[in-house]
Amino acid sequence: MDQPSILVVDDEGDFLETLLNRLKKRNILAVGCTSGEAALKLLREAAFAVVVLDIKMPGGMDGIQALREVKKIRPETEVILLTGHASLETSMEGMQHGAYDYLLKPIKLEDLLEKLAQALERRTDSAQRALSDQIRGLLKKK
Amino acid sequence: MESPFYSRLQGKIILLTLLVTFTPLLLLGVIMYRQFAGMYTAKVLEQVRYRAESQAESLDLFLNERTAILGAIADTHSFESITEEDNLALKLEVMNRWAGAFVDLGVIDQNGRQLAYVGPYGLKGRDYSDQEWFDEVIGKGVHISDVYLGFRKLPHFIIAVRRNERQKSWILRATIDPDVFGRIVQAAHTGTTGDAYLVNSKSVFQTRPRFGGNTLDTAPVSTPVFGKNTTTFEQALGDGRKVLYGGTWLKVKKDWLLVITRDAETEMADLFASRNVQIGIIVAGIIAIVLTTVFTTRMMIRQLSQAETRMREMNAQLVQSDKLASLGKMAAGVAHEINNPLAVILQKTGWLADLLEEEDLQKSPNLQEFRSSVNKIEEHVERARKVVHNMLGYVRRMEPRLEDVDVNQTVNQTIDILDNFARANNIDIQTGLAANVPIIGGDQAKLQQVVLNLVTNAIDAIGKDGTVTVRTKADDAEISIVVADTGPGIPENIQKKVFDPFFTTKGGGKGNGLGLWVSYSIIEKMGGTLSLRSEEGHGAEFTIRLPIVAPETK
Repeated sequence: MDQPSILVVDDEGDFLETLLNRLKKRNILAVGCTSGEAALKLLREAAFAVVVLDIKMPGGMDGIQALREVKKIRPETEVILLTGHASLETSMEGMQHGAYDYLLKPIKLEDLLEKLAQALERRTDSAQRALSDQIRGLLKKK
Repeated sequence: MESPFYSRLQGKIILLTLLVTFTPLLLLGVIMYRQFAGMYTAKVLEQVRYRAESQAESLDLFLNERTAILGAIADTHSFESITEEDNLALKLEVMNRWAGAFVDLGVIDQNGRQLAYVGPYGLKGRDYSDQEWFDEVIGKGVHISDVYLGFRKLPHFIIAVRRNERQKSWILRATIDPDVFGRIVQAAHTGTTGDAYLVNSKSVFQTRPRFGGNTLDTAPVSTPVFGKNTTTFEQALGDGRKVLYGGTWLKVKKDWLLVITRDAETEMADLFASRNVQIGIIVAGIIAIVLTTVFTTRMMIRQLSQAETRMREMNAQLVQSDKLASLGKMAAGVAHEINNPLAVILQKTGWLADLLEEEDLQKSPNLQEFRSSVNKIEEHVERARKVVHNMLGYVRRMEPRLEDVDVNQTVNQTIDILDNFARANNIDIQTGLAANVPIIGGDQAKLQQVVLNLVTNAIDAIGKDGTVTVRTKADDAEISIVVADTGPGIPENIQKKVFDPFFTTKGGGKGNGLGLWVSYSIIEKMGGTLSLRSEEGHGAEFTIRLPIVAPETK
């Protein structure tokens, strides 16, 4: 558990912080940042199994742009898109650019965990698959 | 149906058209008739003049001839031979053989006594010295008398010539047969109403007229109006009849006037007939013009009015779709702005819930209150989330797919879904589906959503007991689906708002006010229109019009 498998990118600091806290409380290591640029920087330094990416971020790079960069740097990374903007086109565009799935804000933690578990399940890395099992365990407990 | 503006416009156009058409038509009719009537009258008067002239010539000739014969007899006989009555009778016979119309013949000496006489009246020995004609013939040598009664007490006139023989004068006098003379005069009349007669300068009949009078009566003509030459004119009688007059003074007997009359009505019969035909044609023309004008104007106004109504509808739809488009954008923006804080609230609440599970808080006496509050917050965030998601979900789901759509089948399926519900409220759903509705390319699920929505609304509007009618129809360009109900109708001031989002008249949280807005947007995205027609108290009628888009070929 040294290397966090999950990166959460969202410009809404309160949201990001709370989400990370809640994941941490469930023993899921996750790293957060508030901009696409910062996320790319982190990705260049280390690989993440899953990136949770807010589609609509004001200023700088938007979610779709960030997604394309992520896929350029780490093609194997699974990306789950978050959107407060229920636009099918954008979500579809995201899927076309290789996103694993998308979630509509406001998200329930359980829904995110479910998607995370599904995404991690696809990984070849056994530690990551173990994390998937761990998450599923959490969901079952509820 | 038509606005007062169009009624007025129609009235004005009709009036103006009729005025502009009738004025020249009637003017032309009147002018032409007057011209024609003038020419015709002139022509008839000309005939009358010719007749009078030629007949007067005949009469002059007649009198001349008889005067000449009388003169020739007088000049070629001595007083002695002419006073022999056998000889005189022979002369009368010769005169009648060669000229005719002599009744008797007499010789009168210069003292006025008739010395010899042959004829039917036995006038021998009569003294004519005090008679007017006697003075005239002694003075002038030749005289044709006016008609008078004389000794025989019968209307007649005489021709007399004087012969001077050895310091003495004698007179040869003949009476002209008034019947023969009268027949010659009468020969000038024409038709059943025409007349011809002679009058002297004192307007006394010298021959018997055909109508109204006898010889020596006073004639109803004033002789001074007849000029030196032949005169013609038209005169109205007291009874309204019009008479054409023609008159010529004779040349041989200068104070005799030949008068020819003709009834204007009879003479003008052809003119009046042609006038009646003309009036008939004009009346028929006027009727045709009125009918055509009214018909075309009405048609024009109707088309104009329809065009305006269509334009107004299109404008309204344009405004509506503009409004909806901007509302949609705004809604999407608002949703985003709300969703982000909702996301934070939800996470924070989740975090609170997580923390509540920690041991030291488990002991708090308010733990249940905390938990309950957290749950309530989550519950209400969920509620808000649903509202926004519903709204955006509609927006998202508005992207139509292109598949084969059987409109009639869609309608039938929708009605099947709602039939039980409708029947429970004693509402009858009737269908009138046209058989020629083609399969089109579109999104069946979305169309069904719209129809479902409209029929549900119709059922809701009726409440209980009524009928919902769903009809389909197709022409070359479009398919229409009409959903009509027998509900209370939609007031006019509300009609404009029914397609606005969040507008609802359904109380008690039954409707979210998005149904018609979404329906409108869906149909608009399919390239069609959704419109409403309703009158308060007479139900409502929603019409979907979809362009016929060919289904995708597979």
